Amino acid sequence: MTETNAPSPAKLVRKPGSQIIVDTLVEQGVDVMFGYLGGVVLPLFDKLYDAPIKFIIPRHEQGGCHMADAYARATGKVGVVVATSGPGATNLTTGLATAMMDSIPLVAITGQVRTELIGNDAFQEADTTGITRPVTKHNSIVKDPNLLAQTIREAFFIASTGRPGPVLVDIPVDMQVAEIEVKPAEPVSLPGYKVRSRVHNRQITLAAEAINASERPVLYVGGGIIIANAAAELSELAHKANIPVTMTLLGLGSIDQGSELSLDMLGMHGSAYANYAVQGCDLLIAIGARFDDRVTGKLKTFAPKAKVVHIDIDPASIAKNMPADIPVVGDAKETLAELIREVQHRDRKEWFAQIAEWKKKYPFRYDKRAHAIKPQMVIEEVLRQTKGDATIVTGVGQHQMWTAQFFRFKRPRQFITSGGLGTMGFGLPAAIGAQIALPGQTVIDIDGDSSFNMTMAELCTAVQYELPIKVCIINNGYMGMVRQWQQLFYGKRYSCSSLKNPDFATVARAFGAVGMTVTEKKAVPEAISAMLAETRPCVVDFHVDREENVWPMVPAGKSLHEMSGLDIFESMA
Amino acid sequence: MKHILSALVLNRPGVLAHVAGMFAARAFNIDSLTVGRTDDAELSRMTIVVIGDDRVVEQVRKQLAKIVSVVKVQDFAGQDVVARDLMLISVSAPPEKRPEILALIEMFNAKVVDIGPKFVMVEVCGPETKIEAFIDAARPYGVRNVVRTGTVAMARYNRSQSE
Repeated sequence: MTETNAPSPAKLVRKPGSQIIVDTLVEQGVDVMFGYLGGVVLPLFDKLYDAPIKFIIPRHEQGGCHMADAYARATGKVGVVVATSGPGATNLTTGLATAMMDSIPLVAITGQVRTELIGNDAFQEADTTGITRPVTKHNSIVKDPNLLAQTIREAFFIASTGRPGPVLVDIPVDMQVAEIEVKPAEPVSLPGYKVRSRVHNRQITLAAEAINASERPVLYVGGGIIIANAAAELSELAHKANIPVTMTLLGLGSIDQGSELSLDMLGMHGSAYANYAVQGCDLLIAIGARFDDRVTGKLKTFAPKAKVVHIDIDPASIAKNMPADIPVVGDAKETLAELIREVQHRDRKEWFAQIAEWKKKYPFRYDKRAHAIKPQMVIEEVLRQTKGDATIVTGVGQHQMWTAQFFRFKRPRQFITSGGLGTMGFGLPAAIGAQIALPGQTVIDIDGDSSFNMTMAELCTAVQYELPIKVCIINNGYMGMVRQWQQLFYGKRYSCSSLKNPDFATVARAFGAVGMTVTEKKAVPEAISAMLAETRPCVVDFHVDREENVWPMVPAGKSLHEMSGLDIFESMA
Repeated sequence: MKHILSALVLNRPGVLAHVAGMFAARAFNIDSLTVGRTDDAELSRMTIVVIGDDRVVEQVRKQLAKIVSVVKVQDFAGQDVVARDLMLISVSAPPEKRPEILALIEMFNAKVVDIGPKFVMVEVCGPETKIEAFIDAARPYGVRNVVRTGTVAMARYNRSQSE
């Protein structure tokens, strides 16, 4: 630690670094944290013992990171996760990458071995900043205890502004025990970090002119709308200018799916009417979306007739995949507020008639007469019994796509799912994080059997903190999406995609949760109603049709209008 | 096409790793990269030569600018710049060939910085084309070793804009 030679005035307050960390977290408004203990974070945890912060201990650091991530997604606040050095930090990486891909504001604090041991392969040492650099928006290691508070302030600022993302601060244990002078907070000054504050008026006018001139426009919106809290503005723009809206997986909830203007999700497993509308539109207005390959299919033929307006806060997102005719760099909320003023209402009768025809012809369908439990039926029943109000969380795979297709989201932050990284195992810890954020509200994890298996240990956490989360396992005994691809593209050679599962209901009961198994179609409604009435964590294992597929599907590399499965829909009509 | 990017970065540990890691992660190719201090102790200058079409380089520039420790990025494409490489090159120089080699060195305005019984070490400074030309000219005598700094560059005073 550093000592100053100057005699210190008597009124100076000195505190250990660990206390400074906790004080700064409280100053930043943190009231909930997630994380796991370890050797080099003991000084910090000692100070957390008396802190006005609720601390949630997961069973694995990855789970803790997903919990903090879901807490952030549910509230819009910065999620905070703590882990020890070495394996604690490496276990965070999947969670950090998940948050990075979906632009989730997260601050991760990791312990590190003593400064003088760094680089010596000390016990539980890992190059945490090196390992996490590509999966964080920013990271740093604190090597001067006097910089602790300011580094943490900067982390919160970077995580929550601009295009949000995870920021990691690595703190060697000697920084936590060093006694340092408490200094008043300084404003954050980062010369290399620019947040776009004002929108370029000329670009807004160009965008508005394009909208007013357009016969067949489509709004294509992503998670950026939700992050920017711009759903009200989006709805106002869509209604004022009379434009249909399609959403990415992360954009679901941006506009009420009950609205006439909603085209639901687009992309690989999107609705036929959204995909046809995008392929047929003369103007595509992308907001807070990044032309991901799962959205665009073959990029060269994506929205081939359209002029493109691209509104995004991250300049690097614009023209990364798809050239933009009218790029607008700015915050979605502010940009939309400006845009609303300049757009005019147009009837676009032919366009809406065409869309209505597609909607009528190709709604999402499944075989309701089947004897087996269809996964889609479970989701529809959850939707019906919750009146579409519950917060829904998922793992990754078929069940995630069916949820995106068959649940009808009403509001932003209602759907919490790992989009960009596609992290299996996200569901259960994310449900816990969301439930912590939303006490008294219904949080349901619609999960896959394989996804659930990955982070199942977090059931302990739900039981320990008495969280009334509900888990619906869509159990087909396969890694379902992988099996679907093997069926369609690898001649039904189901290599390594079938799993021997435990009896999930028994497992749940062993953890101290409620467990149920449903094997009969007629028992589905009653099981869901019992699940919703439960006050304890509750797992319902639905044994569904093993080889049900997600339709429609745009095979990888095909254009968006080249969907498979529409004939199957027509046969069920 | 070659683009010279000039980035002002914070003089902190990890910044070079961050920049280099970003290039690798996004599959951008670095032709050369030089880093040095500036007149401001807080800042370093990175000069990065990138090969790619305009769209790729534009993405490189934006991704660079996005790194929190990167303060400013300029793409010198289309600008009048002074660009220089420095090279140390060791050329085989038996006594009977020395007059020829020394004439070559003089022609290139280069300097002999070390001399041994069988070689001369030459310092060559200039635009990349000059460096390449010297290597080509020296090759028949036998090039033993080449060390190059990579390009550094600065924009020239723009008369048309300031008058």
